[in-house]
Amino acid sequence: MQPEATKTRRLSRFDYREVRAALLLCAPTAVLMLALLVLPTLAVFALSFTDAELGVPGFQFLGFGAYADLFADKGFIRAFRNTTVYVALVAPASVIIGLVLALLIESEVRGRAFFRSVYFLPVVSLTVAMASVWQYLMHPSFGPMNLVLQRFGLPSINWLGSSDNVLIALALIGIWQALGFNLVLFLAGLTSINRDLYAAAEMDGVRSAWSRFWTVTWPMLGPTTLFVVTITMINAVKVFETVATLTQGGPSKASEVLLYTIYKEGFVYLHIGVASAMAVVFVAVLLVLLLIQTKVLEKQVHYT
Amino acid sequence: MMTPSSPLVRLVRLGVLAFGAAIILFPYVFMISASLKPPEDVFSASLSLWPEHFSAYENYSKALTRIPMLRILLNGALVCTAIVIFQILFALPAAYALAKLRFPGRGLLFGLVMLGLLVPIHAISIPLYAAAQISGLLNTLAVLVIPFTLSVFAMFLFRQFIKAMPDELIHAARMDGLSEAAIVWRIILPNAWPAASAFAIFSVVAHWNDLYWPLITISKTQLATPPLGLLFFRSAEVGDDYGALMAATLIVTLPLILFFLFAQKLFIEGVTMTGLKG
Repeated sequence: MQPEATKTRRLSRFDYREVRAALLLCAPTAVLMLALLVLPTLAVFALSFTDAELGVPGFQFLGFGAYADLFADKGFIRAFRNTTVYVALVAPASVIIGLVLALLIESEVRGRAFFRSVYFLPVVSLTVAMASVWQYLMHPSFGPMNLVLQRFGLPSINWLGSSDNVLIALALIGIWQALGFNLVLFLAGLTSINRDLYAAAEMDGVRSAWSRFWTVTWPMLGPTTLFVVTITMINAVKVFETVATLTQGGPSKASEVLLYTIYKEGFVYLHIGVASAMAVVFVAVLLVLLLIQTKVLEKQVHYT
Repeated sequence: MMTPSSPLVRLVRLGVLAFGAAIILFPYVFMISASLKPPEDVFSASLSLWPEHFSAYENYSKALTRIPMLRILLNGALVCTAIVIFQILFALPAAYALAKLRFPGRGLLFGLVMLGLLVPIHAISIPLYAAAQISGLLNTLAVLVIPFTLSVFAMFLFRQFIKAMPDELIHAARMDGLSEAAIVWRIILPNAWPAASAFAIFSVVAHWNDLYWPLITISKTQLATPPLGLLFFRSAEVGDDYGALMAATLIVTLPLILFFLFAQKLFIEGVTMTGLKG
């Protein structure tokens, strides 16, 4: 009798008309979700354990062996390492420069709107288009960047054409593009800091701008900073457009990154099994970044 | 902040900001300059921005004719508009139900929203491509829209926004005899307008820029979106005709930049609300 009673009480938590309305409102989205998200995700997961190739009938089930193969694959390891290097170059630089510029803009009365708009321009510029512009700027013989270096008596740099420099060159483009986005988020975080805190800090003997930053701004900006850091890393892990436009993974695979490798395996070589396993690892990387974000955000002391 | 800065401090500060702005603008300046120059001027390895011989007409007419440029821009606008409309149409009712109604399966649905936030299109593009191929949708504008009609991000954002709305608003509407669907479109949508417009900006920037999915599903120049069209332009290019390439990049970059310059407030609010580019 007991479970029966609980069940009735549980059902009575819902109002029949409300449930009917909710299910009707959610039905179209639920169908889309099944078709565009749930089934494809399950399919990728299932494919990732196989050696399936498009256009080749029949495939073998490899189980976790597929993943063992993947992590033994030099090409994949290289893509993983290149992506890590790219993220390690783009994320800290674009976050720190974004923060410094936001602080400068915030403390300056003049030209706030102007500077914000200028720094934001790359965010709203077509990535493939701006990548083409950077290709011209970085051209080894007549590119303006090398011409400027020569003007200062410095040696020319083979930006995109040398396997030593290509990731740095791509990272420069990535930083240039992510900067304004981070800056705008930091500006929003800065304006939400209670002005009274600065007055209180001054009463407590915090005089210099430097110590004001470390006693008030930096701790109050904590949640914003964490959000900016993780979103920049997530976006950097997804680097694709610049690589597809400028280097196609070259020279000598020095700019093979995760998404570009997945694209090539899946849609050029048609190795859909391998590409699916790579996609699962790719999502796992994103999951780790998101978990860091939520875990740290939970621990973060909220001052406001 | 508290105490007004000394003139020297301000001079240094403005100097740093101006230097940074110059670096940000550097590519745009050279893009415009090169788009006016003939190849000899581009190859001449001079830093002068003003062309010695004007070649603007040749460059821009190449940019407009080598690929069907206007058609490509139109494709981009159509695809982005259709995507935004469908996304809001599907997401808003579900978000309202998630935020304000109690029903079995609500937890599951919200769990799927979180799953969707984690899994980007790139990761599930293989089955989606297979489905598009089987249904004969490759090389259609529809294939550029359909996978994006579901936006779990919109659902998440709208749910947060609607949750903060007072329940009395909805109770009053029910008292007036409005159906739940009518509540969504006549009460919730007008009140969720800030979230909807922020999301629209986010969505347009993301899909105007997207190369991955069009690259996979579209091989006809006529159906390309601006990023893919530019790739077609680049591969149709013989040699290093940077003047024409820069003219083409300027043409495809300009629409969104103009939109931004006219609606800056909307963009900035959009970024701070959505954390753009999910």
